Amino acid sequence: MNVVVFAKWVPLGTPELDEGRRLVRGHDDGLDAGDEFGIELALQLTEADGGEVTVVTMGPEGAVAAIQRALAMGAHRGILVTDDALAGADALATARVLAAAARRQPFDLVIGGVESSDGYTGTVPATVAELLDLPSVTFSRRVDVDAGEVRAERQTAVGYDEVTCALPALITLTAGATEPRYPSVKGIMQAKSKPLDRVTLSDLGLAAADVAPMQSVVAIEAAPEKPGGEIVEAGDDAIARIADLLAEAKVI
Amino acid sequence: MATVWVVAEFDRDGASGATLELLTAAREVADARSAVAFGPGAEGLADVVGAHGATRLFALGDDAIVGAPRAQAAALGALASVHRPDLILFSASYEGRDVAGRLQGITGTALMGNATGVVAPDRARTEVFGGTLMVDVSLGGATPRIVLVKPRSVEAASSGGAAAEVERVMPALPAGLRDATVVARHEETHAGPSLDTASVVISGGRGLGGPEAFAMLDDLAAAIGGAAVGATRAAVDAGWVPYAYQIGQTGKTVTPEVYVAAGVSGALQHIVGMKKSKRIVAINKDREAPLMRMADLGVVGDVATVVPALTEEIRRRAGS
Repeated sequence: MNVVVFAKWVPLGTPELDEGRRLVRGHDDGLDAGDEFGIELALQLTEADGGEVTVVTMGPEGAVAAIQRALAMGAHRGILVTDDALAGADALATARVLAAAARRQPFDLVIGGVESSDGYTGTVPATVAELLDLPSVTFSRRVDVDAGEVRAERQTAVGYDEVTCALPALITLTAGATEPRYPSVKGIMQAKSKPLDRVTLSDLGLAAADVAPMQSVVAIEAAPEKPGGEIVEAGDDAIARIADLLAEAKVI
Repeated sequence: MATVWVVAEFDRDGASGATLELLTAAREVADARSAVAFGPGAEGLADVVGAHGATRLFALGDDAIVGAPRAQAAALGALASVHRPDLILFSASYEGRDVAGRLQGITGTALMGNATGVVAPDRARTEVFGGTLMVDVSLGGATPRIVLVKPRSVEAASSGGAAAEVERVMPALPAGLRDATVVARHEETHAGPSLDTASVVISGGRGLGGPEAFAMLDDLAAAIGGAAVGATRAAVDAGWVPYAYQIGQTGKTVTPEVYVAAGVSGALQHIVGMKKSKRIVAINKDREAPLMRMADLGVVGDVATVVPALTEEIRRRAGS
């Protein structure tokens, strides 16, 4: 079984803004923790049934670090899509690129995270599924694949749905769906010699117009700041103070 | 004259609160407003969507379309190509994100996720960096533009409008459309109220140290009564509690009377989901944690001792 997994390179710490209020990239960036659950599932599926895991990342050259992490975990090959025209890419541009990159190899399953931990749009996997003409199961918190079919528990507002879906399909995984492994030293060494394709938009059959951002920021305003309150040390009367606050709010 | 559609969500209790919020937001930016609802019983929403400002209700009351995002997006895309709305509003829910994302794959038009308000038929607002900045984004390109609004960003208000005129639509879906199949639905009953309605929310973060510490928060919630337990993305990512607990940018937005944060540093993406709480209590060993600075009462200390002591104190007061 062949699996394509999307991995994003994101700021891991508290985001910093430059003077133009743009995100500062480049220090403390790495593989989005939300993507590791899908990489782990892909590895488990191919370890059981054979086949290859291809990791796809879109981003500047530094984003290769996300692929290297996935390769060190055990993925077989990576595709890094880098192109100047992708700076400021919006959700549709991202989906078009990921779909085109997925098409470069045969696959049975495409896996993504439910949302990136920097952009948070949360619609890109569904758009990719539509572009690839695939059924999808998003927000999966538990997944089994057997006899050409995905069986998943899909998170809902009130609980979960048991869902089945024939392959090929696209799924997204919530945090905790699997327990991602840490790369071993051997894995890290092997990662360096695994195939890594660096491709541009034209390699994917896309033009700059296909990824031109349709959104622009027209106004930025500071939100009203909430004034801080009081900070006290534990002990003293801290416990009573919290209880008093709850009583004032009439909730106890 | 701008036309806005609202994709309505409903269950056996009627239209969701988020649907009424979307209809309220739509009134600010459009003269012509319609609701679109999928599944059996859709036409039953005519009164409530009318009372919140929709004059027309497209009811796609087909059984086969329930829980089938691909079919819903295909039907919506076909309907939109006929009626040509300028803007389609979705709730940023599990279903809303599926259908909106697929619709964008069909229409190739601009989409904005996690909006906190709609400014114009081609402009929406979002909050970034923990809600410290409000950003207005202009959506270019062709129509329909697609905006997903985070639930509880807008306060729902009735317009006093009459029942919407129902238009039943039998979607002509493309042949051979494969969708996932829902085999069974499960409701997970939590003790106590849901995060959406609880008057007190107690949330746990990485500072709790491990999943077993959430039992301590459950005890506190039980002592208070009417309290719900949530978590930060970091705690969810660590696998300590399910995704349904997540409060923040893409998790739930909560607005309780009191928010008690235990071992939560206050990452920006978490703050977005709780900053509208009326009172905030933070318990953290780090005095400098961002959430401590925005709390009405910050307690510097170990959650493992402060939380049980607080539970004890509340029980003592209740007993006296």
